[in-house]
Amino acid sequence: MAGASYTVTTRTRASQIAALVAAILLIVAIALPTFASRSLIQDMFFILTMLTLAQFWNLLAGYGGLVSVGQQAFVGFGAYMLFGSAILWGVDPVAGLLLAGVFALVLAVPTAFFAFRLQGPYFAIGTWVVAEVVRLSVAQWKAVGGGTGTSLPRDARDLMWGVQWIERTLDLRASAARDVLAYWLALALAVATIGGIYWFLRTKRGLALAALRDNVQAARSVGVDSDRMRWIVFLVAAFGTGIAGGLIFLQNGRISPDSAFSVIDWTAFVIFIVVIGGIGTIEGPIIGVLVFFALQTLLADFGSWYLMVLGGLGIAVMLFAPGGLWGLVSDKTGLRLFPIQRRLERRGDGSPDEIE
Amino acid sequence: MIWVDTVLQGVLLGGLYALFALGLSLVFGIMRLVNLAHGDLIVLAAYLILVLTTLLDLGPFMAALVALPVMFAVGWTLQRLVLNRVLGTDILPPLLVTFGLSVVLQNALQEGFSADSRRIPAGWLETASVPIGPISLGVMPLLTFASAILVTLALQWLFYRTALGRAFRATSDDPATASLMGVKPDAIFAKATGIAMIVVTIAALYLGTRANFDPTTGPARLIYAFEAVIIGGLGSLWGTLAGGIIIGVAQTVGAQINPEWQILAGHIAFLAVLLIRPRGLFPRAFD
Repeated sequence: MAGASYTVTTRTRASQIAALVAAILLIVAIALPTFASRSLIQDMFFILTMLTLAQFWNLLAGYGGLVSVGQQAFVGFGAYMLFGSAILWGVDPVAGLLLAGVFALVLAVPTAFFAFRLQGPYFAIGTWVVAEVVRLSVAQWKAVGGGTGTSLPRDARDLMWGVQWIERTLDLRASAARDVLAYWLALALAVATIGGIYWFLRTKRGLALAALRDNVQAARSVGVDSDRMRWIVFLVAAFGTGIAGGLIFLQNGRISPDSAFSVIDWTAFVIFIVVIGGIGTIEGPIIGVLVFFALQTLLADFGSWYLMVLGGLGIAVMLFAPGGLWGLVSDKTGLRLFPIQRRLERRGDGSPDEIE
Repeated sequence: MIWVDTVLQGVLLGGLYALFALGLSLVFGIMRLVNLAHGDLIVLAAYLILVLTTLLDLGPFMAALVALPVMFAVGWTLQRLVLNRVLGTDILPPLLVTFGLSVVLQNALQEGFSADSRRIPAGWLETASVPIGPISLGVMPLLTFASAILVTLALQWLFYRTALGRAFRATSDDPATASLMGVKPDAIFAKATGIAMIVVTIAALYLGTRANFDPTTGPARLIYAFEAVIIGGLGSLWGTLAGGIIIGVAQTVGAQINPEWQILAGHIAFLAVLLIRPRGLFPRAFD
């Protein structure tokens, strides 16, 4: 026993393998536009942006306990600011993405100020009211088309940073090159989001957040400032959601208040992705978005039945398997691809014993 | 004079919003459950009344009367089979389940009745009005407002004058102790949701006869209802009525200034109250 040393680690064998697989997948994903069809690129764009939105909503609700039904406020506001800055000030849309995030962050301050006054479940509808207020206000903004919406100006679209380079390098038409650019940006955003959230959860603050998720009273009693954590999580989620919103409508090229502030597209779908995949885990939204995409492809011809199935599935998961699909897997196997649990490992006398 | 008229119309509109809100207020007061499908249940009840008027060839009021027990059963079953399973200290499951229910209801109605907007026919009542001096008030809005007051009185009586109301209040305060006294919280909750659905049906009658509705009308009604509850203060039924009136007046005054501002003005009024009196105007419950 003497000479045995202990280290605190979050790594597991599964997580190391997962990191390796992720690295290979990432390389394939970066190279994808060189050999994949345009429709696959568009599908991947959709999956990656929904995944980003889902990760941020999961951060809010799964970790921060902030069940927001108003995230479409940040999607729409971010997107509108990207369009507004391109139309009014001639800002390049790619640079406009950052503005989209910053403006969403700015919007999040008064939103949080109002919504945090509402306790528990009423917070959810409070965020929804704010989203409605923003939608109705933006619909009055004539420079971006008022209630009917507008398109991204031709110049801004065609001269966007990187588009011409992609046209030349991959020998594509302008419209296809724009899709490739949007795809790469979405990939970068999704990777940065997952990486960022994983990093954050492994820091001291992240530990505090996980403690709050598990037990608010206990976390407070060891000195976690819950109000401050809620602000941080809410602002970070708004920033990321705003960028994702900007990117979605940059690829779309057209915007209207109803599409940009759609509660179904940007909140309901996102909630179902997270719930079905497994709330409160990083793996959950990844599984969820794949299930979501598969369902959408399968049921595309059935119109409203599709949403009924999705809603019904969400309810069933919440009732019978609150941990979602990933929860079922990890409960059975103990598998964690993004482990944030700290474990004590003893080294020094051959095989390391693990103490959970 | 136009402003007096505008404000009066707003007060009467507020009666409708209060009817939307009272069911929500009741359920929240008893089991701390925020039902995100509340608006869609109102729309469901409106379709039910519409179907009954055509199927049984009934007037809207008779059809609503027939719909009452049906909606009570819907609420009772919903609570028994689904919502009772997710009640607890964690607010996430009930919110997500009712949100899922909202999406399912909207799309089921869309599948069953198409996306076209509909209206419950009310015959001569639709256009009837009562002249009061230089102002004329619609009979339907007056009936709506009178119903809101009656429903508030009835709920007040139910809560504070009956054995069931005592059980409601006891379960609301402390379900564990209440169950020691022979009250079954699950059964109480099911009855409460059933009663809330009766209020929802009354709200649906006026929603459907006064304006067009379609399967996506629900969420906006939920938001008005919610605003009225928060403005009034949680747990206060008369406060909820006052909250509805404030939203109604804000909307008609906003619309008078610029028709596009109607809905926005209601939301702004809500945010203003939230800013000045975060606990609402007549707070009673503390949670």
